[in-house]
Amino acid sequence: MEIGLSHYLALSAILFTIGVFGIFVNRKNVIIILMSVELILLSVNVNFVAFSSYLNDLSGQVFALFVLTVAAAEAGVGLAILVTYFRNRGDISVDRINLMKG
Amino acid sequence: MADLIVNLTALAPEIILVAAALTFLLVGAFGGRKASGPVVLACVVVLFIAAGVVLTFSSEAKSLFDGALVIDTLSSFGKVSALIAAAFSLLLAHHYLKIEGRLTSEFGILVLFAALGMMIMVSANDLLSMYIGIEMQSLALYVLAASNRDSLRSSESGLKYFVLGALSSGLLLYGASLIYGFTGSLRFDAIAEVAAQSPSVGLVVGVVFLLCGLAFKISAAPFHMWTPDVYEGAPTPVTTFFSLAPKIAAIVLIARVLFGPFSQMVVDWQQVVIAISVLSMCIGYLGAIMQTNIKRLMAYSSIANMGYALIAMATGTEVGLSGLLFYMGLYLISTLGIFACILAMRRAEGMVEQIDDLAGLSRSKPALALALTALLFSVAGIPPLAGFFGKYFVFLAAVDANLTWLAVLGAVASVVGAFVYLRLIKIIWFDQPGAEFVPMSKVQAGLAGGSALLLLPGAIWLLPALSSWAQIAASSLFING
Repeated sequence: MEIGLSHYLALSAILFTIGVFGIFVNRKNVIIILMSVELILLSVNVNFVAFSSYLNDLSGQVFALFVLTVAAAEAGVGLAILVTYFRNRGDISVDRINLMKG
Repeated sequence: MADLIVNLTALAPEIILVAAALTFLLVGAFGGRKASGPVVLACVVVLFIAAGVVLTFSSEAKSLFDGALVIDTLSSFGKVSALIAAAFSLLLAHHYLKIEGRLTSEFGILVLFAALGMMIMVSANDLLSMYIGIEMQSLALYVLAASNRDSLRSSESGLKYFVLGALSSGLLLYGASLIYGFTGSLRFDAIAEVAAQSPSVGLVVGVVFLLCGLAFKISAAPFHMWTPDVYEGAPTPVTTFFSLAPKIAAIVLIARVLFGPFSQMVVDWQQVVIAISVLSMCIGYLGAIMQTNIKRLMAYSSIANMGYALIAMATGTEVGLSGLLFYMGLYLISTLGIFACILAMRRAEGMVEQIDDLAGLSRSKPALALALTALLFSVAGIPPLAGFFGKYFVFLAAVDANLTWLAVLGAVASVVGAFVYLRLIKIIWFDQPGAEFVPMSKVQAGLAGGSALLLLPGAIWLLPALSSWAQIAASSLFING
């Protein structure tokens, strides 16, 4: 069996779904949310690179490189915000982020 | 080489912002606390200069860097309004932070970077520059929301904004990757050619994902859950900034995406936009009824306002687009004025933000009460005020496009909205006064009074000017048909 475009698309769709579920179902830890966000971005990268090779067009791979860079910056900002939150709250479990509601 | 110079001169406003932001970063780092006040004020000046440069050099439509960015009347409308909104909210922030003793130069620099991201967003003509613009804006906004590092509320709102913002970027990117795969290009004009023929299922799915990601950025329901919490937790001038500049930038971006590459797919995206619009109006106003915190109330009010903007978007016509831009212009003016009033709600012991704290304002601060009342009547859409004409043009465009039922629904929702705003007005004029507010600053008084005056007597001048500008801006997306 040859591995074709549809296999890559299925893989990326599965990774994307796991990432989205990781954000909503997880009740424990904000770090797991950060990991899920990375998973979503990487699933998008699989998509871009697979399409790029299928279409014989380089711009998809360029996009994937940009996504990697932005993902790094995003993780940096996210962790920095998480550190300030931890300093004020002393805890990073998801079900206790509930100061404001309504 | 000559090509490069043409491209770079067309980007002069963006380059001014980058150069200023990097210079101020160094000044702030070496100057320490002493430099922070002047740096923030200099940032305000730079934002005004950039807006002036955009206005002076926006003559003809240009495509830059092989079509990655485009400059036209729509992009200059978006840039000028986003820059002016950013400048005024930074001016309000300067006064607020000085009193709170938290004035840092980074605050102004972050606003500059966010404004730069917005300028790229409204000029984006390809999926990559769109993504970079959005991320540049969002990363700066996450930090601004959490900028009061010692407050649990502020860091919690930053954390919530970050998590949901990152999720929305993921949705948007997934949509972008599908659009790329099914059209074979990142460029909007190349995508338009493929989308004009019968669009594949994959492309439609991609467009829907992209729309969901963008709906997060304008806080339209059902992607609004972050808005009330972030608006409440973030420092008030940051909330002011959030409810002004990112909204106009994201709305212009959505318009460029939907009316540009996907203009032939109106039937496919129209139902999605209508659904988001109806949900936003209903959830926005129904949610606003029960609020006791004025910042949360403004959050729900902005959700509902985005619903009205999306009615105009759903028409897919040139009249609709100019109605949309006109509505957004009035939204910016009235929201800026209301937030200037909210920032004036300060007692000797500090800021207050409960609705009940406004009680009896008409006796303690009659001028402030009058300005706030005019602004609230305007957002409620009461006829002599400018806000009424914003809604009127939106509904007119919807009726033109055979969406009469949507216009009727919008009119019914604005009755609920009128209740929300009239309740505030009743508290201001008829309730027993509490402790008095400290005198407001000149900037706050100027912005609150200025925007209130623009909306009532100034409307005679404002409405024709704004509507002709909106028409010119809207026409740039409809040159080819």
